[in-house]
Amino acid sequence: MENYIVEMLNITKEFPGIIANDNITLNLKKGEVHALLGENGAGKSTLVSVLFGLYQAEKGEIKKNGKEVKINNPNDANDLGIGMVHQHFKLVEIFTVLENIILGVEPNTLGFLQKTDARKKVMELSGKYGLKINPDALIEEISIGMQQRAEILKMLYRENEILIFDEPTAVLTPQEIKELLKIMRDLAQEGKSVLFITHKLNEIIEVADRCTVLRKGKYIGTVDIKDTTKEELSRMMVGRDISFNIEKKLTEVKEVVLSVKNVTVPSKLHKNNAVKNISFDVRGGEIVCLAGIDGNGQTEFISALTGLEKVSSGTIILGGKDITKSSIRKRSVSGMSHIPEDRHKHGLILDYSLEENLVLQRYWQPEFQNKGFIRFHAVRNYAECLIKKYDVRSGQGPITMARSMSGGNQQKAIIAREIDKDHEVLVAVQPTRGLDVGAVEYIHKQLISRRDCGKGVLLVSLELDEVMNVSDRILVMYEGEIVGELDPKKTTVQELGLYMSGAKRNTVKEIDNAE
Amino acid sequence: MQSKKSSSRNKGITLKNITESKGFTAFTSVLLAIFLGLIFGFIVMAFAGPQNVFKGFSYILLGGFGRFGDVLYFATPILMTGLSVGLAFRMGLFNIGASGQYTMGMFFALYVGFMWDLPPEIHWIAAIIAGMVGGMLWGFIPGIFKAFLNVNEVITTIMFNYIGMYLVDMLIQGNLVLYLSSNARTNYLPRTVQLPSLGIMGSNVNVGIIMAVIIGIILFIVLEKTTFGYELKATGFNKHASNYAGMKGKTNIILTMVIAGGLAGLGGAFAILAPSAIAGSSMTYEPINIIAVNGFNGIAVALLGSANPIGIIFSATFISFIQRGGTLANLVGYKPEIIDVVIAVIIYFSAFAMIMNSGIGRFIKKYIIKKPHTNILLEDLEAVEEEIEVQNKEAE
Repeated sequence: MENYIVEMLNITKEFPGIIANDNITLNLKKGEVHALLGENGAGKSTLVSVLFGLYQAEKGEIKKNGKEVKINNPNDANDLGIGMVHQHFKLVEIFTVLENIILGVEPNTLGFLQKTDARKKVMELSGKYGLKINPDALIEEISIGMQQRAEILKMLYRENEILIFDEPTAVLTPQEIKELLKIMRDLAQEGKSVLFITHKLNEIIEVADRCTVLRKGKYIGTVDIKDTTKEELSRMMVGRDISFNIEKKLTEVKEVVLSVKNVTVPSKLHKNNAVKNISFDVRGGEIVCLAGIDGNGQTEFISALTGLEKVSSGTIILGGKDITKSSIRKRSVSGMSHIPEDRHKHGLILDYSLEENLVLQRYWQPEFQNKGFIRFHAVRNYAECLIKKYDVRSGQGPITMARSMSGGNQQKAIIAREIDKDHEVLVAVQPTRGLDVGAVEYIHKQLISRRDCGKGVLLVSLELDEVMNVSDRILVMYEGEIVGELDPKKTTVQELGLYMSGAKRNTVKEIDNAE
Repeated sequence: MQSKKSSSRNKGITLKNITESKGFTAFTSVLLAIFLGLIFGFIVMAFAGPQNVFKGFSYILLGGFGRFGDVLYFATPILMTGLSVGLAFRMGLFNIGASGQYTMGMFFALYVGFMWDLPPEIHWIAAIIAGMVGGMLWGFIPGIFKAFLNVNEVITTIMFNYIGMYLVDMLIQGNLVLYLSSNARTNYLPRTVQLPSLGIMGSNVNVGIIMAVIIGIILFIVLEKTTFGYELKATGFNKHASNYAGMKGKTNIILTMVIAGGLAGLGGAFAILAPSAIAGSSMTYEPINIIAVNGFNGIAVALLGSANPIGIIFSATFISFIQRGGTLANLVGYKPEIIDVVIAVIIYFSAFAMIMNSGIGRFIKKYIIKKPHTNILLEDLEAVEEEIEVQNKEAE
C-alpha cells in the first residue's frame, strides 16, 4: 500500500437529472504529476470542484495523508494546502498582477498594506519558475498568458502543496506550454503534487507520471504513463478510435481577397507600436495562419483589421475596396466575418437568447426588420435553420439564454452566424480555444469547408497542431512583425518554434515588394 | 433520471412559459420589496408617534383610494423621470440628471408659455414640446461628454443638476414677465397654456397622465420590438459585443441620453403646465435654489419598476399613492416631516429591497439551496445532457 497525499474514494456527485461523478476514485501521490483526462462533460471539473470544496459529494470520502477530511468550501481546501488555477481565471480585472496575487492574504501592518515584501516574494517566485510577469500591470490590460502566470503565482504565493491545474495549456503557446510543463515537473520534484486536468494527450505523455481517465461521469481507469501510448489513452477517453489527421482536399487558390499593406498599430500597453509595418495577402481558397506566441501583436492586429481599433498607418484592402478607415459595420457588409478571440466579451451577448445572438450581425437587414421593427418570426425561422444546419445544441432551442449554453455550443453559434453571413474573408481568432476534441474537429472542418468554397480564411492560432494541420500557409508574428512565411508541408514544428521565439527569420516577399 | 430531464425540458419549451415565469418572479419580488418597505415604514412611524400608529398607517395605506385623481396627478412627473432613468439604465447609463433635465423642461415650457404668442389651441402643445426640447438639451450634453470624452455620466449629470437649477433660477429671476418678485415665484400661466383637465372634481389631474402612460407604452414597444431597442439593450448588456457587431455605440449613447433627457423634460413640462383647481391660478416655479426632488424620485421609481416601462407606470402610481395617503396622516397628529420620512423610508427601502432581492436570491441559491449554479457546472451539465441525447439517438 502506497502513501497517498490525497485520496478521493468512491466519489459520487449527482445533479438533478444526471450523475456527474459516478463512484470515482482518484489517488494522488506526493511529488507526482497526475493527469486527469476526459472529454468535456466527462466530470473532470466536477471532481476537482469536489476536491476544492466548491461542491460536496453525496457519497464517498476524501482523505489527506490517510486522515479523512471534510472540505466544505475553498477556504477549507486552501487550509489543507490545495490550490487551483481555474479554467476561467478568477482575477480582479482592475487590480494589478501583484494585488491579485496577494488578494485574500494581504500582508499588512495595522490594516495598511505592506506590498514591498510581497513584491519581493512574488518576484523571487517569478524568477525561480520563469513565470514572467509585470507586477504593476492591470489584469484587464495583459494577455491571457500573463493572466494565467499570475494565477499560478497566486497558488505558489500561498505555498499550496497540492496544485490543481484546470486545462492550463488551452490558452498558451507551444513555448509557454513547454515552460509550464517544465514548471509542473519542477514543482513535482520539489515534493508538490500536481493534478493536471486536460484533454491533450501529447502533454500527458510528456509530463505526467500517472493518468486517471474519466468518461461520461464514470471511472475508466488509472494508468502509468510509461506503460501506455497516446492511442490507448485516446481510446480510453473517447471510447472509440479517433483520427488525429485532418483531411484536406487540394484546392485552387484564387485571386487576392484581403490585402494588408504596411499596417502599423500602436500599443495600448507601451509606447512602441504593437504591430510594425506588416504586409501580406490572403487569397480565396486558402487558409493563412498567423502563428506566434501570445502577445506578439496578433490581438492588436486583428483589432485593427476588424475595425475595433484604428491603424496608425498602412492600408487594408478587402475585395478591392479600401476599408482602412471603414466602420465595423461597413467591413462586415463588405465581406468580412470575424470569429473573435474572446467569445464572452465580443462574440456573444450572454444575456440575449440564442436567436437574438444569431442575428447579431444581421438584425438591421431588411430580412429581419421592417421600418425599425424586428421581424421576430423571421428571426425565429432563421435561428431554427442555423441551429439545425450547424448542429448548435442548447436546452431550449432558439430561446435559450446564451449564458446557459456550453462553451462548445456558444462557439458553434458564433461560427454559424459568421459563416452563414455573406463573406469573402473569415477571420478566425483562436476558434478552438478551450474546446474538446469533438468540437475542435468540427470547427476545423468548418474552416476547411470555407476554404473549399473559395473563401479566404485568416486563422490566428497559438496551437501548433492547429497551425500545422489546418493552414495552407503560415505567417509567423514576432514582436509585431512578420518574421517568416512557411509552408506547413515543408516545415517542422521545431523550425516553426524557432521563428515564433524570434531565433530565426526570413524575408517575406510581399514586404520587399511593398517597400 | 431520463424522465426528469425531459419533463424539465418540456416545461421550458415555449416562449410563453419562459416570459410568464420570468414576469412572475419579477412581480413577486416587487411585492416582497414593497412589503418589506411597508414594514420598515411602519416601524419608523411607531417610533415617531406610537399612540396613533395604526390609524396613521392605515391612512398611508388606504388614503390614496379616496383621492385617486390626485394620485394620478402626482404620479405624472415621477412617471416621466422614472422612464428617463429607466431607459438610460437599460443602456447601461445611470442618469442621475433627471432633476436637471426636469427643471430645464419646466423652464422651457414656462418660457414658451409666457413669451410666445400662439393660438390657444396649440399653445399648450408647443409648451410641452418646448419642455421636451429643454430636457433633451440637458441630456444631450452629458451624452456628448460620455460618448466622445468617456466622462462618467454619473458625474456630469449630477453637475448638470446644479448647473441647470442655478441657470433656470437665474433666468427666471431676470425675466420680468415670468417672475413675480413680490411673491418670489413665477406668475400665473395663462389658461391657454395649461393642460386640459380631466375634470375630476377637486383634483388637478389632467391629460398629462394619459400622455405619460402612452409614452411609457411606446417606450416599451421601442425597447422590445425595434432594432433600436435591440441595440440599446445589447449595449447595456455588453458594450464590447455590441461594438463588435458594428453598432454605433457613441451615437446610441447620445441618442439614449437625449431621449432620457426629453422624457424628464416632459415630466417638468407636465408638472408646471398642470391646470390648477383654483380658478385664475396655475402651478408656479419658485427659484429658491433647490434641486427638483421629482428627479431623484425617478430613480426609486425606475428601480422599483425594474427599469421596465410598464413596470415604471405601476411603480410611479404606487409611490404617488403612498405619498397621497401619507398627507392624510396629518389628521391624526403626525407632522408632515415625519410623514415624509416614513414615505421616504417606504419608497427607498422598497427600491433597495428590489436590488437586494436579486442579490439575496442569488445568495440563497448559491449557499443555502445547494443547487448547481456556476457556469462551469452548467457547461458540464449541458455537455452531459448532450451526450445522453447522442446516446439516445444512437440507440434509436
